[in-house]
Amino acid sequence: MSDTLPSSIQNNRRMERWIRFEPDRTVRLAVGKVELGQGNVTALAQIAADELDVDLDRIAVLSGDTEEAPDEGQTTGSQSIEVSGRSVQLVSAELRARVLDRLAQRLNCSPTELTVEDGVFRRGDAPTGHDYWNFSSSEDFARDIEGTATPKPHTAYRYVGRPLPRRDLPAKVSGAAFIHDMARPDMLHARILRQPCRGAHLATLDEAALRRAERGDFRIVRVGDFVAFVGSDEAVVQRAAAAAPLNAKWNNVPQITPAQQEAEWLVGQASNDRVLGDPLPTGAMANVVTASYSRPYVAHASMAPSCALAEYRNGHLSVWSHTQGVYPLRTALSNVLGISQDAITVRHRHGAGCYGHNGADDVAVDAAVIAVQIPDHCIRVQWRREEEFGFEPLGTAMHVSPRAALNDAGKPVDWTTEIWSPTHVQRPSSGGNLLTHEALPTPPPEPRPTDPPEANGGGGTRNAFPLYDFSAKRVVHHLVLRAPVRTSALRGLGALPNVFAIECFMDELAERAGVDPVEYRLSILSDPRARRLIENIARRCNWSARGPAGSGRGLGLGWARYKNKAAYAAVAVEVEVDQEVRLRRIWCAADAGLVINPDGARNQLEGGIVQAASMVLKEQVRMEGDGITSLDWSSYPILRFSEVPEIDTEIIHAPDLPTLGMGECTFGPTAAAIGNAVAHALGTRIRDMPFTRERIEAALLK
Amino acid sequence: MAQDIALTVNGRSVQVTALETTPLLDVLRNQLDLKGTRYGCGLEQCGSCMVLLDGEPVYACSREIGTVAGRSVTTIEGLGSAAQPHPLQQAFLDEQAGQCGYCLSGIVISAKALLDRNPSPTRADIASALDKNLCRCGAHPRILRAVEKAAAMLRGGKRT
Repeated sequence: MSDTLPSSIQNNRRMERWIRFEPDRTVRLAVGKVELGQGNVTALAQIAADELDVDLDRIAVLSGDTEEAPDEGQTTGSQSIEVSGRSVQLVSAELRARVLDRLAQRLNCSPTELTVEDGVFRRGDAPTGHDYWNFSSSEDFARDIEGTATPKPHTAYRYVGRPLPRRDLPAKVSGAAFIHDMARPDMLHARILRQPCRGAHLATLDEAALRRAERGDFRIVRVGDFVAFVGSDEAVVQRAAAAAPLNAKWNNVPQITPAQQEAEWLVGQASNDRVLGDPLPTGAMANVVTASYSRPYVAHASMAPSCALAEYRNGHLSVWSHTQGVYPLRTALSNVLGISQDAITVRHRHGAGCYGHNGADDVAVDAAVIAVQIPDHCIRVQWRREEEFGFEPLGTAMHVSPRAALNDAGKPVDWTTEIWSPTHVQRPSSGGNLLTHEALPTPPPEPRPTDPPEANGGGGTRNAFPLYDFSAKRVVHHLVLRAPVRTSALRGLGALPNVFAIECFMDELAERAGVDPVEYRLSILSDPRARRLIENIARRCNWSARGPAGSGRGLGLGWARYKNKAAYAAVAVEVEVDQEVRLRRIWCAADAGLVINPDGARNQLEGGIVQAASMVLKEQVRMEGDGITSLDWSSYPILRFSEVPEIDTEIIHAPDLPTLGMGECTFGPTAAAIGNAVAHALGTRIRDMPFTRERIEAALLK
Repeated sequence: MAQDIALTVNGRSVQVTALETTPLLDVLRNQLDLKGTRYGCGLEQCGSCMVLLDGEPVYACSREIGTVAGRSVTTIEGLGSAAQPHPLQQAFLDEQAGQCGYCLSGIVISAKALLDRNPSPTRADIASALDKNLCRCGAHPRILRAVEKAAAMLRGGKRT
């Protein structure tokens, strides 16, 4: 009961924080999770409509608002449906039950005699004259949410389980839809001259040269080592900011060597070390095999540069942001600016997909700092493209070495996953610093390196324990203390590198044992849901007809259960390899329990596949000297339309089982499947991402 | 020096006052309040800002307003609205072809230019025409399906 209450309810027990019946016969559902392009808000509306028994059109969702909506922390970790969805379900069911109980008392009947049809209450076949809007009262909202109401059985749902269209998409294919498109009275545009790194000091800024380069009207706001160009003409401030780095001299900028951009560099760096799971074996073990796999630093690379608006009027700061968490951002703003949280409002507005912690929070602080300097105006800051690539936190590089002691049948009896990785999360709510804060006259201390706890899925250790039936398993985690650049959450955290390493190593072990990789996996895997997926995908990709290795065509697969507790996914990939890898076809099978919106789920599964494929085949952030050097889409290429194959996705129907978060579940399996398919095509293995032409040539020369 | 520049936008004659070197994107968004054309990179690399210039797809981020005087620009708003979508926009909604949606207006414009010149493109033709547009969410398979569907709708064969 209450010990199993989702955290969103535990932190927001007041009913009116979630649901309100409006005079226009709509229902306002307020949620703390925000739309990032994943369709969660549409799915949450479906859940509320079903549990309240009102038509979906009546549900108006307000999401991400520190004045009006519940505090659900960050929109991360595939938790929107698993946690927020479960909360909306329990809250809606409880409110419906409270109102009906009261009506039953009034009518002197049993609540079971009452039904709800689009918000209107009936007793048997007869109308009662009552509905949510004329009958619900403050009494229904007075008590804290108990979370004890029984939600409907899935067979009674009208909306849940149906592929209903996203509510936000029409605006996005026809006009203004994003925070970038907002306009406010007294609006000024701003651009930033970024401090190259923490501790760097601006020695000189040649303002005269800057004003010769850009003759339009703009002002310069400088606070410590934070510099902004502000004016009414966006093109003018854009040009001023573009010219600024050439006219600025910084002191104290440490230099990055090319070796530091590689995952290999991490091995042996200063680290905090832990052993999780079974203790390390005491004696030497026989028949031990190992291999090392890696992913380099990767970028979120959002299509839109980060953007925020801020106004400071009469001592109150209002901020509009595409942040993943309005409440954590409010706390961060309060810390940076010394303004009390009560005097700050943060409202979410849609941005482009972020896939984790990008520049969204940083730009909000940029705007807020300027707003305090220039009160009574709306300050709109939009990062430049090179700023987005150069200063957003990166998905960290990782070096992963699985190690197995094998029995006579070639099956692991003892397993270790050894990981070298900098932190995966430096959100301000997890002790990280925001860029602008570090440039202000009194910067915060350097953040202490931490990683999310394993109870939350871990960071570098996410998916590091294989779910196979080995008698001993452990993870050796080296949390590298210093990375050359700021790193933070990127879709799946350590899941992609870990699943890539584990599932590729499985193929290597199978080959060593002389057993087919599917058969090998099934022989050491008892989880029935996982087995079903692997069997499903092997059948669909015609695995049994898989040809010999080294032909230039390859078929590979991989699977995982995200965070070892969320949705299951298996992916198979067919490739053709000569000088580069061409994806021919991809199959996916996923099991996420009860799926709220199958089309939204499918979209997430496929999007995860394409994005992971892009990372495996192409992506690496380049850095040297003052910082990141891959500052545009030609130096940071991603997968293009003609490189994306047909994807055949099947969701395993499991409506009786609890809903599992699935926004990130295909990420690791896709990387592993490509790794295995390429190894099958080449007859030799590439273990380091990305699979560039140089690496393919080197592998063939081995 | 700012100049008066006359052009046609979405079939309507407009006059704007701007430096000749001001990007067309800036004029569309900040003077004409046409926010459907989006800034992505400013480098002609991502396609978020694509518009039609006399029917040809161009990057509005780097196109100087002075070079489009007297010419005809079509933006996403010129195709249709949420209330009255163009068949291409409708096909994108039917297929739920998008996630965050930031790239979509540029992609719809590229697709419009393709279908105007080739009403029966193959999947490969569509992919090739959209290669100048980036999508980071990975909605590519649905976007390709949506353009195929729109092509069929526009040819009059409203089969699906």
